[in-house]
Amino acid sequence: MLTKRIIPCLDVDNGRVVKGKKFKGIKDVADPVELGKFYSDQCADELVFYDITASHEERDIFIHIVEKVAKNINIPFTIGGGIRTVEDFRKVLLAGADKVSVNSAAVSNPELIRAAALKFGSQCVVLSIDAKRNTHGSWDVYINGGRKNTGIDAIEWAKRGQLLGAGEICINSIDSDGVKAGFDIELNTILSRDLTIPIIASGGAGKMEHFSQVLKCGADAALAASVFHYKEIAISDLKDYLHEENIPVRRCNR
Amino acid sequence: MIAIIDYGVGNLMNVYNALKRLDMDAVITSDKKVIADSKAIILPGVGAFKDAMDNLVEYDLVDTIKENVSKGKYLLGICLGMQLLFDKSYEDGEWKGLSLLQGEIIRFKEGLKVPHMGWNELHINKPHPLIKNIAEGEYVYFVHSYHLDPMYFDDVLLYTDYGVKVPAVVCRDNIMGMQFHPEKSSETGIKLLKNFKELIK
Repeated sequence: MLTKRIIPCLDVDNGRVVKGKKFKGIKDVADPVELGKFYSDQCADELVFYDITASHEERDIFIHIVEKVAKNINIPFTIGGGIRTVEDFRKVLLAGADKVSVNSAAVSNPELIRAAALKFGSQCVVLSIDAKRNTHGSWDVYINGGRKNTGIDAIEWAKRGQLLGAGEICINSIDSDGVKAGFDIELNTILSRDLTIPIIASGGAGKMEHFSQVLKCGADAALAASVFHYKEIAISDLKDYLHEENIPVRRCNR
Repeated sequence: MIAIIDYGVGNLMNVYNALKRLDMDAVITSDKKVIADSKAIILPGVGAFKDAMDNLVEYDLVDTIKENVSKGKYLLGICLGMQLLFDKSYEDGEWKGLSLLQGEIIRFKEGLKVPHMGWNELHINKPHPLIKNIAEGEYVYFVHSYHLDPMYFDDVLLYTDYGVKVPAVVCRDNIMGMQFHPEKSSETGIKLLKNFKELIK
């Protein structure tokens, strides 16, 4: 049976993984390759490395990290952050990434999804959407790190992304991000029902129950960062818990 | 030395890195002479079937592959590389493959999430040295939207379940294929590549 995936997300700045809020209180926590290996040994199903650097010089450091990860880790990994062009896709794929996630750049240029899917295959194009609940009972798409509301309906955008050739949707609920009160169940339920490509739920993980809730409502994978980085939840324990909850998961070293 | 065939599709470094970790001597090449001198051939591939076949033709490698295989050289196709070994694919049209093995590449049936993406369980159909030490229920990483419908299920060593029995490892004589990515499938993937290493010794 196809298993549900648990995906730790690692924010990388200037060659180091940082945890906590993205724009203030940035703190070094680990070497990306070492931490990635640690999670891989704990039976993480995939990894996401997110480039939060701004400058071009640091961009080169990041590409070097991607190469190092590819050499040392043998589970799939996704690269996100600062991907704007087909050429950006090419660079990180050649460096060894399996998938590439696009967010703001796809909103301003949806054709990027189609062009990348045609060139490299849908399987490596992840459309990442930052969504925030509005007052009309639906969700708006935000860009620029969650700072700007585009007014676009998140569910419509996800459907369009699928049509354009995205192979997967990563839905990050801004409302729940960092709050640790659980994933947005309603949004993930709707997307899992209405789309035919896999859905990765992101934002809100605080307890093991949160993972089982969102995976039971149809999400194919759940992504989290701080609960793993701060060792509040060990992925191996989470997998055992989910197994007890009758959710199909891959467990290691049994 | 193993020749990893470079025909302009996708990233070949991950396969190369995996072989290196197993101390396997490998080169990424599209040079016919290097391929002819190799001990075994790996045909990787991601992306679309038609583009991949077009590229093999453009690089003038179709006959090279067929000649080497007819001499008994081991060939391992990975992911799309496995699909190319078969007769035909229905991915966005109808395209001819290499016809080294018999079967067709078809779309997953309706109602399933596609791509078939993630870790799925292996089931044993037929023991073979290529799948030595692989237990029933081990997981490997799949990512594909089309799957093999084999003419002879006897060519299937391992399969997984996704709506239908999806061939995961195929083998007939010296021709082998893996639908998933052994280089991305953790310990199980390493075991399979080690078995391949033993086979071609």
